[in-house]
Amino acid sequence: MTTAGAPARLRAEKVSVVAGGRALVHDVTFHVEPGEVLALVGPNGAGKSTLLRTVYRALRPTSGRVLLDDEDVWRMPGRHVARRLAAVLQETPGEFDLTVYDVTAMGRTPYKRAFQGDDAEDRRIIMDALASLDVADLAEAPFDRLSGGEKQRVLIARALAQRTGTMVLDEPTNHLDLRHQLDALRQVRRLGVTAIIALHDLNLAAAFSDRICVLDAGRVVATGPPATVLTPALLEEVYRVAADVTSDPRTGIPQISVMPFGRSALPDADEGTPR
Amino acid sequence: MTGTTDVRPEAAPAVAGRGRLPYVPVLVLLALLVVAAATAGIAFGSVPLPPGQVWGILLHRLVPSLVDPTWPPVRETIVMDVRLPRVLLGGVVGAGLSVCGMALQALVRNPLADPMLLGVSSGATVGAVLVMVLGLSAFGAFSLPVAAFAGALVALLLVYFLARTGGRMTTVRLVLSGVATGEVLSAIASYLIVTSGDPRKTESALRWMLGGLAGTTWDLVWIPAGAVLLGTASLLAVSRPLNLLLAGEEAAASLGLNVHRFRAALFVLVALVIGAIVAVSGSIGFVGLMMPHVVRLLVGADHRRALPAVALLGAAFLIAADLAARSVIAPEEIPIGILTALVGGPCFLWLMRRRAAR
Repeated sequence: MTTAGAPARLRAEKVSVVAGGRALVHDVTFHVEPGEVLALVGPNGAGKSTLLRTVYRALRPTSGRVLLDDEDVWRMPGRHVARRLAAVLQETPGEFDLTVYDVTAMGRTPYKRAFQGDDAEDRRIIMDALASLDVADLAEAPFDRLSGGEKQRVLIARALAQRTGTMVLDEPTNHLDLRHQLDALRQVRRLGVTAIIALHDLNLAAAFSDRICVLDAGRVVATGPPATVLTPALLEEVYRVAADVTSDPRTGIPQISVMPFGRSALPDADEGTPR
Repeated sequence: MTGTTDVRPEAAPAVAGRGRLPYVPVLVLLALLVVAAATAGIAFGSVPLPPGQVWGILLHRLVPSLVDPTWPPVRETIVMDVRLPRVLLGGVVGAGLSVCGMALQALVRNPLADPMLLGVSSGATVGAVLVMVLGLSAFGAFSLPVAAFAGALVALLLVYFLARTGGRMTTVRLVLSGVATGEVLSAIASYLIVTSGDPRKTESALRWMLGGLAGTTWDLVWIPAGAVLLGTASLLAVSRPLNLLLAGEEAAASLGLNVHRFRAALFVLVALVIGAIVAVSGSIGFVGLMMPHVVRLLVGADHRRALPAVALLGAAFLIAADLAARSVIAPEEIPIGILTALVGGPCFLWLMRRRAAR
């Protein structure tokens, strides 16, 4: 498919979100360089979604700034931000009879004025987006009746139809089977866009991101390339799980294998040889 | 990585083509439906007129040279001064209720929303009942609609400020505020009626509450007509943002919409139009709930397509319903609200069950 808009540099500067007297996000600073993919990981309630909401303009940070190429997204008109930054969220259109095409066409909204219809170019962009996610043949199907995985792919297609250089994805692989998880993330990589992706699956995060940002209790506890960030010590500290990290001999990608019953349940634990 | 080769996508199930109808023919058909309903509405009455004559009179009024008057002048009076304003108002009210219903359903992101849900109609009722019970006539013949509209405005303000805190208007709070305000105002109206101690006043208040277009004059048509036209045009202008509301609050924000400000503005717009309608017609239920459903089945939920269609369908439906209201037990009239509920309720349930079965 044709290229998206120019990848931007995305930064958060000392972003805090306080709700009900509790800091959900505290003093978070990160940056994503143009074309870079940053994975945002952390346990449930770490503040990943809250942080992302401040980026795609659903939640104004209590303090701090979110900068898109040095422009504060909260000082720009929403439409202008939406032409440069798209979001893939968990939220799905509800009980209205929208078709897959209708849902994807929403991605063209930031480019349109009142009474301006979709032209041939818009229709091409919409169908291209659907095709690249393998759902073009569902264009006329009611969105409601899709499987969870198909819905997720359509929402990614909607973000593609926005033709932005930057994307925010909140758990884009939820509901997807293995092949479609890989497809979705490969698609994002292939676009060459600046992307920040919240992921639960650390192995996917390690495979598809340039850097990983680990969030715990609203604070950044580590940022860096997957191989340096994902260490047994960090996993122990943040997730409270015992895990080994090895490097895949063919790809060099870090691989995390969690010990379901803890380190002590391993056979060699008897010999007292911690690994 | 897993080393998957490019697998062919699993055989796609035959696309569930929804058999949606082509748009332009549907729109033309709906327009013809409006014309047919209006013709019937003007033709029927205590003095029945042949449809050809109805059109003769109307065309003669527009372009006198086009048709030679072959009818007694009294018939022209009947058409122009009695039946045409009533049919027009019926069309305006039907279109307005339907369009507002559709916008409101997007606003609260719930297909079960009805314009009467906003509490605005209850406010109008209190205003109208006050005039009837106290016998106020500060504005002459306009006292009732003016008071009803004032009541609607008061309800609008109440609901608006109850629903909005800190610049945010959530749908749950909007619905709760609307329903609660509506209940309180209905209670006040009922209290006023019950304690008035005058059966005639009680009856006229009850009739007003059930809705009706009896005694419509040209004076009463213009303001709601203007409100509905402006309201519909404004909604068409924001039909894309309306679509975004269906996608959900977060998604709409990420697509560039200031959701809370848009919702607040939309609420005020819809409430004003409903207020202008209710002030002249009483509260007519079910139209605003039902018409959007029918239209979404016909042309889909995209507001750019659905809004014009729902305006036409609503107009045709209400003109026909008003015709039925005054002809079923002629010369008596059934309050139109009773008819729309009697016809609308079962239709609605049938639609709902049919959809569930699909």
